Amino acid sequence: MKIDVHHTDGLEACVVECWSCKGPASPRALFCSVCGAVQPPRPLDHFQRLGMMPGFDVDLSELERHYFGFQRRLHPDRFAGKSGKEKLHSQQQAMALNEAYETLKDPLKRAVYLLKLKGCKLDDADGATISDPKLLMEQMEAREALMEADSAEEVQAILARTESDIAFAVDDLSQAFQAACLMGAEKLVLRLKYLIRLSDEARGRKARLMKGA
Amino acid sequence: MSDEILFDIFEPGESPLPHANDEVAVGIDLGTTNSVVAISKDGRPEVLRDAKARALIPSVVAYGQDGSVIVGHEAREQILDRPQDVVSSIKRLMGRGLEDVKAVAGQLPFVVDQDATGMVRLIVAGRTLSPVEISADILRAVRDQAERALGKKVPKAVITVPAYFDDAARTATKDAARLAGIEVLRLVNEPTAAALAYGLDQGAEGLYAVYDLGGGTFDVSLLRMEKGVFQVKATGGDAALGGDDIDHLIAEKFLAERGEAKLDAGKVKQALMTARVAKECLTSRDGGEWMLEFEGRTSRHQLTRAELETMIAPLVLRTMTICRQVLEDGGAQPADVKGVVLVGGSTRVPAVRKAVADLFGTLPLANINPDEVVAVGAAQQAEALTHGSDTLLLDVTPLSLGLETMGGIVEKVIFRNTPIPTAMAQEFTTYQDGQTAMMIHVVQGERELVSQNRSLARFTLSGIPPMAAGAARIRVTFTVDADGLLTVSARETATGVESEVQVKPSYGLSEDEMADMLKDSLEHAKEDMAARVLAEAKVEARRNALAVIAALSHDGDLLSPEERLVIDQALAGLDCACTGNDRDVVLAASEELEAATKPFAEKRMDRGIRKALAGVSMDNLEKRVGE
Repeated sequence: MKIDVHHTDGLEACVVECWSCKGPASPRALFCSVCGAVQPPRPLDHFQRLGMMPGFDVDLSELERHYFGFQRRLHPDRFAGKSGKEKLHSQQQAMALNEAYETLKDPLKRAVYLLKLKGCKLDDADGATISDPKLLMEQMEAREALMEADSAEEVQAILARTESDIAFAVDDLSQAFQAACLMGAEKLVLRLKYLIRLSDEARGRKARLMKGA
Repeated sequence: MSDEILFDIFEPGESPLPHANDEVAVGIDLGTTNSVVAISKDGRPEVLRDAKARALIPSVVAYGQDGSVIVGHEAREQILDRPQDVVSSIKRLMGRGLEDVKAVAGQLPFVVDQDATGMVRLIVAGRTLSPVEISADILRAVRDQAERALGKKVPKAVITVPAYFDDAARTATKDAARLAGIEVLRLVNEPTAAALAYGLDQGAEGLYAVYDLGGGTFDVSLLRMEKGVFQVKATGGDAALGGDDIDHLIAEKFLAERGEAKLDAGKVKQALMTARVAKECLTSRDGGEWMLEFEGRTSRHQLTRAELETMIAPLVLRTMTICRQVLEDGGAQPADVKGVVLVGGSTRVPAVRKAVADLFGTLPLANINPDEVVAVGAAQQAEALTHGSDTLLLDVTPLSLGLETMGGIVEKVIFRNTPIPTAMAQEFTTYQDGQTAMMIHVVQGERELVSQNRSLARFTLSGIPPMAAGAARIRVTFTVDADGLLTVSARETATGVESEVQVKPSYGLSEDEMADMLKDSLEHAKEDMAARVLAEAKVEARRNALAVIAALSHDGDLLSPEERLVIDQALAGLDCACTGNDRDVVLAASEELEAATKPFAEKRMDRGIRKALAGVSMDNLEKRVGE
């Protein structure tokens, strides 16, 4: 798990000032190597923050292991008796870790984040319109089928199909990222968004139908 | 530099906590029906009992016309003699407005009032009391029991709250502790505390559910336990569902059978007590007969377990629906759950156990005392926070937090089940040309409309430079800390003009009210507060001194003997200031140290940058974790 420090811009980025002992500290250090004080989170991307290789394919158990490892040292519970500033920095560190973990553990959030890292401008407004006619047709039909389904079994069948579509879309995303095909990945992200929304709605409808039964 | 503490240098992140040895911190389960206090020493938890070896302290307070306050067993014994002066189940009103409690007000034998902010107040024994004050009275009694059992002062505690408590109820709980003169180390969710106690005791690993049906609240949490990490995956519940509701159902049935025309506090309380006895009997028996006796008339009431189960079926079903939702939120199937831990006295009801077993397909784990497990977990967390520990609790926020937008619709900023601490920001814009202020309304809950959720706070962000509609960029940031408490701030970023407002939603007491009460309180709260501020200043000063000493031992060669002397003198001055009790002197000495070390800090930074320029990578200084 070696991270290249030299891709940060400029030399000053190689040394930052420790807020506590005011001496030089490494920008990646969680604790000052001289005085031991917890450092505030530095501007790292989520992959760097959790010590993961950047990419769509993430080993979830490795991700979790890293996340737990960092939280073990940085969580505010470890700083309950410490000074106010240390508590504050620990809280900021834990927040940054939580945000990174939440983003990377979810395939859709991870894909959107990765595309943004690579400079793609994604329209993440909820009301994003579907410009791809094929996707539009597919989603309209699926939605109609869901509306018409009036038994829990029917909805369950739609739900199972949607979940399998989601799994395939995630596989396709993985291949698109491996092939560095960002256009394709963007399209798949949109499809995945709609599929996940469809599965949420199907689950909601199923719950209502089961309650009514 | 006579103070030896200054010479203890520890591995980064490994330094012991200040005053680690003389700190006594307990865990308190502040329950609807009963409260329990426990302590953990060297990893061994112990429930603290009264002189009669009783662990449970009834969360009941009896107020006298003479201003006396009695808490616990004695207070409960007086319920029937003077029902209008005895308060029970106050937890159900924590952080509630008058509107929220109208539904239960008919069952409350008190006159209910509201304060200026719409929060509920009770009129008891000629006094107007907030739920926060009543809870503070309970907490004082709990602490007294702990102090008697331990034979020393207990200034700090971890206090548990239902996982499903909203921000208002959490704030109210923290306020109650403050009023009682207890420093809250952390608010911990009850099911999480139970999981900690259970997991540490049984060495459990894997995915577990905690089903916690208490006197007045229901929680269910799904947790991953692994090698000392307790990670909450999802949580859900109902802050107004518990064993009390079962008592009410039985009491209503009995009173209806009796044909009572006019109810008063005494009759209701007697019926409720009889109902509780009936409920408890029916956990082991199939049926029985109970009597109500007042106004010289005795009525007999029969109830079988089967009848009771039919009566409470809707309540049990409601908890099952919440369990299913939590499983779904946690992305799990019932079969994935390795075990279900039962917490709360109401889980002794056989119908509840059966429903849990049916849903999860596994017999629930009841080899722990469901009344004490939460306090034990809280005590273990209190020890972890004061003496350090290898275990880690990673909790989530139970309810979504959002803002009111156009048309009374909620825009969620933090979704439920987000790991805490967390900070999330959302951008909004103005909708009128030249608009210079914006109303910000913070709400909590899952529903779409503002009116269906709990309103936490309203504030106005003013000073927005006049611009065309939609040009301003207002960034609203929500921060939820490790206690689950929310802070909201807002600023306008489009023009670089930043005006920031910090809002702490407060549904407990206003700061002024709190200050007044602290002044009145018998706990010498003012001195306590001053002592706490002084202690904080000393912690910060000692930390500064340690940092300078570490720097000296690392880079001391940069200094001439004269320069070194200046720093040593400043350190000695700070050390001396810390032996006194004047906060201003401590702060001044800290500032002197900072000034004295400024040239040293500059030399160190210079050396650091020169090393970097020379291509000496700082890599080797990095601390890595994760494996």
